[in-house]
Amino acid sequence: MANVFTRIGDWVTERAPGMMPAYRKHMTEYYAPKNFNFWYYFGSLALLVLVNQIVTGIFLTMFYKPGAATAFDSVEYIMRDVDWGWLIRYMHSTGASMFFLVVYLHMFRGLMYGSYKKPRELVWLLGMLIFLTLMAEGFMGYVLPWGNMSFWGAKVIISLFGAIPWIGDTLVQWIMGDYNPADATLNRFFALHVIALPLVLLLLVVLHIAALHEVGSSNPDGVEIKKKKDASGVPLDGIRFHPYYTVKDLFGVGFFLILCAFIIFFQPTLGGWFLEPDNFIPANSLVTPAEIKPVWYFTPFYAILRVIPSKGLGVLAMFASIILLFLVPWLDRGAVKSIRYRGRGYKIALGLFTVTFLLFGAIGAGKSGEWIPAIFGANADVSGIEMHFGWFLLAIYFGFFAFLYVYTAFGYEKTKPVPDRVTTHA
Amino acid sequence: MLKNMIIKSLVIAAALFAGTAGAEEGAALENAQSRVGNIASVQSGARLYFNYCSGCHSLKYVSYSQLADDLHLSRDDVLRNFAFSGAKIGDQVLTNMPGDNAKAWFGNTPPDLSLEARAKGPDWIYTYLKSFYLDPSRPTGWNNTVFPSVAMPNVLWELQGPQRAVMSTAKPGEESHVVRLEPASPGKLSAGQFDEAARDLTTFLDYAGEPAKLKREAMGVWVVLYLALFTFLAWLLKHEYWKDVH
Amino acid sequence: MANEGVDHGRRRFLTATTAVVGGAGVVAVAVPFIKSWEPSARAKNAGAPVLADISKVEPGQRLSVLWRGQPVWIVNRTPALLATLPQLDSRLRDPKSELEQQPKYAQNETRSIKPEWLVVVGICTHLGCSPEFVPEIKPEPFDPDWKGGFFCPCHKSRYDIAGRVFQGVPAPMNLVVPPYQFVSDKQILIGVGPGEKA
Repeated sequence: MANVFTRIGDWVTERAPGMMPAYRKHMTEYYAPKNFNFWYYFGSLALLVLVNQIVTGIFLTMFYKPGAATAFDSVEYIMRDVDWGWLIRYMHSTGASMFFLVVYLHMFRGLMYGSYKKPRELVWLLGMLIFLTLMAEGFMGYVLPWGNMSFWGAKVIISLFGAIPWIGDTLVQWIMGDYNPADATLNRFFALHVIALPLVLLLLVVLHIAALHEVGSSNPDGVEIKKKKDASGVPLDGIRFHPYYTVKDLFGVGFFLILCAFIIFFQPTLGGWFLEPDNFIPANSLVTPAEIKPVWYFTPFYAILRVIPSKGLGVLAMFASIILLFLVPWLDRGAVKSIRYRGRGYKIALGLFTVTFLLFGAIGAGKSGEWIPAIFGANADVSGIEMHFGWFLLAIYFGFFAFLYVYTAFGYEKTKPVPDRVTTHA
Repeated sequence: MLKNMIIKSLVIAAALFAGTAGAEEGAALENAQSRVGNIASVQSGARLYFNYCSGCHSLKYVSYSQLADDLHLSRDDVLRNFAFSGAKIGDQVLTNMPGDNAKAWFGNTPPDLSLEARAKGPDWIYTYLKSFYLDPSRPTGWNNTVFPSVAMPNVLWELQGPQRAVMSTAKPGEESHVVRLEPASPGKLSAGQFDEAARDLTTFLDYAGEPAKLKREAMGVWVVLYLALFTFLAWLLKHEYWKDVH
Repeated sequence: MANEGVDHGRRRFLTATTAVVGGAGVVAVAVPFIKSWEPSARAKNAGAPVLADISKVEPGQRLSVLWRGQPVWIVNRTPALLATLPQLDSRLRDPKSELEQQPKYAQNETRSIKPEWLVVVGICTHLGCSPEFVPEIKPEPFDPDWKGGFFCPCHKSRYDIAGRVFQGVPAPMNLVVPPYQFVSDKQILIGVGPGEKA
């Protein structure tokens, strides 16, 4: 039995000699640091979710009918009439939210352990491009059911492009293909969501992993394991990705799937966070939902947009908040990668940045309406307090990037000595 | 240390979000305790629906054949008791009332209710059904604290018995508002019985919004059990390989 | 990283067990996707049985009814037409309807429940064209000895008035008889056989 596989392997190797070396280079002889911890599960989990989105997405496309007159009905058709359609739909909607959860945690790991630092800046840039593409993909996907939140969310987000001077209004109409989000908009979003952006995403993911494998993975201590190799050239602190990390990631997958199963089978809308109630009402250009808010994973950026009264400045701030992340490898001039050995200032700054991001998320999700009266009394000026608090948060958010540069470029950071060899909590 | 802090903050944040999820602005909603798993309740709700609601409200995403299958009723029963004459078993549950007439009579076309429970939530429907009160200033003579100035009359008034509103004393420059509702005269059902009826009707609409709800939770138990087994095996496998890594 | 003390047996056992359990999960998760291709509830409802009113179909006439997207023909056969059936056996591919192109109750000389009423799916068993109804017993250009039946213009296949296919034509099998039953003398329900549930 194994003989057959060996013979096939030999036949292929004879005709494509690079295949087996590629397998060895990327799996069985890819030496990864042996001290990966909890934060290192999220790369492989992101890949798993990508596969899930593609497979469930393909099957949804078999039954979904793009078009303003048919889309909403076709989603209900999937939920009720197609055998197991409801499960495929929930796997896709849960997967979309889990994609962002996993990606945010994955990015946070990068910030914590300095994974973006030389020589891995390219990995980080490609990752940021994946993030941007993913946001577009998620946004368009949410429009497809053509519920009322799909319509109004599309209207609000597309209208942001109107803030661009001179070409703004033409651009908005060009994106929509109509004077309002309409059938034309839906159909082109369908094409982009189903094939164009997934192809871009796949390409970027391949490049992201290839770029990583060129230089090798970093680790929670930020120690470059390739600096200490044994007689045969194997890093002393490295272990073969396969079988060690395939087996460990398999465990991570199992745990992750349990979480997903809980959501899919017991709380598929997650109380309205994953599937919003207003989207069970068909799109209606005459009836605005009580609160237009994006799905949870866009809420931080939406909040940044909203707390600035000027539309143009708000859009600028929102884009800046994402673009600045691209620049982190160059803003951070420190030599020490991992937070474990960095100055206390960095730890505080990152902590504040994270809390700020989460609080922005709460604002974007509309929590101000509940929390501000609860804290300041029923007569509180909710939008006023929210706006001023939002400016305070903006200062911290953008301040993080400024701080990072000043802290590291002018030598204020007091780091601890980085060990030669990785540490494990074995 | 830092990781612990971050994890603690995330947990607190999650708790805050969870705690305030479902909190409504406006009228406080009662807990519907919708029981889709209780087929008898769904059947009772279906009966109420077709007696009181289907004259005006369609359920266009639900077919009679699906009702028969999901509610364990025979197709003949469903056709005879639920469908208007001439409907076939595969048809969607539509109403006979032409939309234009409804708009002329009530001021608004009665909306389709297939997804009402998903859009508003069972608590809203339950509280709405219980919150009608007599209001001579309205064209139908009825108003509702959950949906002020609603165009719909109180179709369940005979069962519940009409309610009247106890108004607050208006301060100068302000309008008085409803403090609470109290029964004006008894209905065919006691308060407890009416609550049950409203609960059944809400449960039925909850089911109609997502028929898959009937089976997905039971399935979920098996899926999670299987995944727990798999994860345990995967952990053993991982441990076996990793015990040599120091 | 030590290599001694690696228990290969245990590793193989755990790998195999995990692989089998995981594999079962992969198969299980594939099932909903495969099943989603089954006719949806809506398709099944649309494919429901069709009631045909035959009270106005004169002898020698054909009524065409749509069932599951296919034309189903109900032919009121005259005694003259019925008399032709036994004479044709030697010219037919499957005169005794041995191939399962019809329910058991239609596996007889007239391929029907009641002799005069033929119920047959009007799609040629060659490549799917819809044949013409040629009921008159008179010589035809495609057959000088024509005794009435169906003629497919696409590739010249011929069937007798019981839907049985002739030898020497491209079509391999008799026309399909769908499940059907007489609800009354005036009504045929297509899609459900006698005594069957819908």
